[in-house]
Parts: sequence; C-alpha cells; structure tokens
Amino acid sequence: MSTIKKDAWGSRVGLVLAMAGNAVGLGNFLRFPVQAVENGGGAFIIPYLVCFLLMGIPLLWIEWASGRFGGKHGHHSTPFILHSMNNKSMWKYVGVFGIFTNIAVAAYYCYIESWTMAYVYHSVIGTFDGLKQTEVAAFFGNYIDITSSTTGIPYEAVIFYIFCLLLNTWILSNGLQGVEKVAKIGMPLLIIFGIFLAFKGLTLGTSGATPEHPDASAWEGLNFLWTPQYDSLTNPKVWLAAAGQMFFTLSVGMGTIQCYAAYVRSKDDIALNAVSAGFMNEFVEVVLGSLIVIPIAAGYLGIDWLKENAGFGMAFQTMPYLFEQWGPLLSTLAGVMWFGLLFFAGITSSLAMGTPWMGFMRDEFKFDRKKGAWSFGLITLIMGLPTVFFFQHGVFDEYDYWAGTVALVIFALAETILFAWIFGMDKGWNEINSGGDIKVPNLYRFIIKWITPFLLLFVFIGSLITPENNDWINAISNGWTLDNSSIIKQLTQSGLKEQIAAAVDPIEKQALEARHSHTIFARFMLLGLFIFIAALVNIAYKKRIKEKRFH
Amino acid sequence: MNTTALILMVTTMLLVTVITAYFFWKVLTIPARPEPDSFTDNNDEK
Repeated sequence: MSTIKKDAWGSRVGLVLAMAGNAVGLGNFLRFPVQAVENGGGAFIIPYLVCFLLMGIPLLWIEWASGRFGGKHGHHSTPFILHSMNNKSMWKYVGVFGIFTNIAVAAYYCYIESWTMAYVYHSVIGTFDGLKQTEVAAFFGNYIDITSSTTGIPYEAVIFYIFCLLLNTWILSNGLQGVEKVAKIGMPLLIIFGIFLAFKGLTLGTSGATPEHPDASAWEGLNFLWTPQYDSLTNPKVWLAAAGQMFFTLSVGMGTIQCYAAYVRSKDDIALNAVSAGFMNEFVEVVLGSLIVIPIAAGYLGIDWLKENAGFGMAFQTMPYLFEQWGPLLSTLAGVMWFGLLFFAGITSSLAMGTPWMGFMRDEFKFDRKKGAWSFGLITLIMGLPTVFFFQHGVFDEYDYWAGTVALVIFALAETILFAWIFGMDKGWNEINSGGDIKVPNLYRFIIKWITPFLLLFVFIGSLITPENNDWINAISNGWTLDNSSIIKQLTQSGLKEQIAAAVDPIEKQALEARHSHTIFARFMLLGLFIFIAALVNIAYKKRIKEKRFH
Repeated sequence: MNTTALILMVTTMLLVTVITAYFFWKVLTIPARPEPDSFTDNNDEK
C-alpha cells in the first residue's frame, strides 16, 4: 500500500474557481484585445462567440469528462488518462503533450508573471511618476536587459523570475489545497481590480484628448471593437484567429483541466462546473478584458495609434504612462490593480501547469507533494532560464510558438478524435452527463462528434499552410504561396533566413544570426524535454506491467 | 459610439454576465451530494 497522501479538492466552489483561475490568464487582458484589434474589431467578436459555443464549451466538457474518467482508474495526468480511454500504445505518448506543454509554457509564463510582480513594486515606489511615454517604454527595455538594473539589485529580472518560480513551487508543495486557497483569494481580487479599471475605461470618454492626440476618445476604441462587420464572417483569417484565441483563453489542449478533473468522483457533477468555469473566463475576457486596454489606450492616444501599436507589450510599455494621467494617488492605485490583476491571472494559471507533472510523478514514481513540486520547480527553472537570459534572441518566442501555440492545437485535435470517435460518443456522452447538475443539450452530442473536430482540423490545417499575407481569398483563386507565419515555414525558419539574406548592416546581420542559433537551441531544449517525459512514460508503463497495475 | 456597436456591446456583456452569474449561483446553491463526495470541507468530523 502506498503511504503517499491522496490529494483532494476542499470544496466545489474552490474547484470551479481554480478551474476558472486556470483559464483566466494574461491572455484575457492582453491577447484578446490585441487579437480583436488586429482582426478588424467588430469583425472578430461574432466568430469569437460562435467558436466559444462550438469549440470552447465542447472542449471543456471533453477534457473534464476525460479527466474524471482517468481519475476513476487512478490516473491524474494525460499519458495514462488517454491510455485508460484506449489502450493503443500511441495514446500514452500523445498524452506526453499534457505534461510537456505545461512545463514548457510555465518556463516562460513565470517570466511574464515575474514582470507583473516587479511592476507592482515599481508602481508602489512611484518609478513611473512624471515619465514620458517613450521613457516608460524604454524602462521596459531596460528591465528585460538583464545586465542593467532599474532597482539597484543586480540581475533583478533573474531574481524576480526565480522568486516567482519559488513562490509557485512553494504553493504547489501544499497540494491542491494550496492551489485552491490562491484561487479563492486571487479570483475575487482580480474581478474587483478588473471592475475598477473597466469602470475607468468606460467613463473616460474624450477627457483624455490632448493637443498631441486631439482625436483621442475611449468611445472610438469601443466603437471600433463592437461595430459588427458581417462581411468578415466569410474571411477564414478572422475565424482562424477567433478559434485560436479559444485555446489561449480557456487553457484547453494543455492537460491541466484533465488533471484537475481527475480528482472529481463519478457521482459528482462536471457538466455544470465546466460551463460555470468557462463562462467565468468569458466574463473576465469579454466584459472586463474589452473595457480596459482598448478604451484607455484609445482614450489617451487615439484609435489610429492603437491600430498601429496594439501588442502584448502595451501592458508594460504603455499602460503605466496612461495611468500617470490620473494623478499621483490614482495612478499608483491603478498600477497596483492592473499589475496585481495580471499577477493573479498569471499565478492561478501557472500553478495549474505544475499539477500534471506532480500527479504523474506521484501516480508512477511515488513522489510526495514536496518532491513533486520541487522537481517541477527545478525542471521549469532549467527550461526557463534561457528565456530570461536570451529573451531578446527569440528563445521566449520560440517556446511560445511551439509549446504555447502549436502543441495546444495538436493535442486538442488528438484528444477530441479519441473522445468522440475512438472512446465513442455513447460512452463519452454518459461521462459528460454522469452526476450532472444540468442536462447538457442533446445538440452538443452532434457538435462534439462533428463540428468541434472539424473546427480543430480547420485551425490545424489553417495554421499549417497559412497563405501569404493571410489572404485566403487570393490564395484560393490565384495559387497557394505559404506565408512565413505558417507552421511549415516556421519549421524551416524561412522568414528569419530571408531576413538574414536581406540584411546589409553587419550589426543587424549578426543579431539575426544570433537569433537563428538561439532559436535552434530553444528547439533542442523543447525536444529534449519532450523526449525526457516520453522516456519517463515508457519507464512508468513497463513498471505498471511488471507490478500488474493495469485495470 | 454608433448605435449598432452600443447595442452589440451592451447585449453581449449583459448576456455573458447574466449567464455567468446564473451558472455560478447554481454551483453555490445546489446541495452537496451525500458522502463520500469529491470534497474534503464537508467531510464528517471524526
């Protein structure tokens, strides 16, 4: 008999908040508005909501049901959860994605999380007081340049990163109860902070217009975001972007939801829990996420500036400057709320990323909580330090692309096919509805079997062979040329090679060549991690056969 | 802000908020299942 203490959720509301916290991440506030702006504003919203209903919600049910089914057989991570659904050898290796993705994403995600911690500190001590917009942007550049220091602490970006990782590891070492406690504190605070900032965004109007930006208006920002453009519904690019956002916003295709749900008993509900957590995420993204960055930036800098400059970096390079326009007290408060909100969004997600590894090592190698958490922390540190030291050489972006983007789509597609077509919809439907506190509409049986896999296939193929300039209509009628952003071209690094060939400035050429060698290194790290986890799964499988531990 | 945009924004936000509140209210108010269930907070005192 094992002496390892079994983990369990404290309460149902704690489970739902932890699941919602897992889903609510930095992307709700940073990626969603940027995607909306880059895809034509109002053109994006309708496909986004349709994808939520046809892909997001079904994937949540698939992952909750798969996780609870695996948990019934004593599995708490995807390799053996998938294996319990079909005993063909390949599925446990497909399940490797459910541990690999989490460690690889946690490695760089904790770095962004550490920025939010550092920015809370800088907001409190008034670092941004009186700085111009360009100076606030330059501050971010100095911060991520690890050789310079904005606080006097040498290597502060590294120190903040290690501190953030230690905090995550320590909380994880307290098991699910620790994760649940953070979710119960973090989620309400995040919503309160979000409501305050959203209220400011909604009531800013034209009061932020200046002689430099006379047309600045928060209403223009909202107008741009919410004016429906029905003709865009026929543009595959917008649908692809909307479907892609679903992965990031709901944290599907990662293996964390299965891990959390593996601790739920068959007689307890998952149908209602899944939609409740999913809609909580949508509330944070659609209601709060759309009312902060876009209206505030458009309210001070104008819609044209926003269209040109919308990007992930705005959160750190622009928002502190905009808060400064609210006076010393309110700007400090807004800074603490904004970066505090991002921190809570980040930590509730990064904690979830640690649990599949811990569940796997406990199930297969009898690691207790502490050993599981600290081994996760160590591997994440080894994987993460290159993203900190070589951030400007593209290691961070490479991790984000392969682990945080491509791997999610591959895994989600595979698990959906397994659930709907191999495990079978009869058993799958029973699993979703077993113990349910709501009756899932029968229409979803059809959607899960046909529509969701089709949408996932569309996202995967669309990303694999993205046409030049993302112009699908032109590609269909005038011949298909791959865009450098397509997976195939990314694999061969065509874009980077073209840039190197075209560079005439020796310094620029050297920088691009350094980027090239660093991205190769990043790929080597990612591949090494995947092989390492696959080898552990193989050892665990042989161990299970030897110990006759298969049901 | 034009009227169409305002209607779409208000409708979407209200709908998402109401549905979120409804499902969460159900999570909070549906009575717990008899023991043993998945949660430790309501376990019987030993």
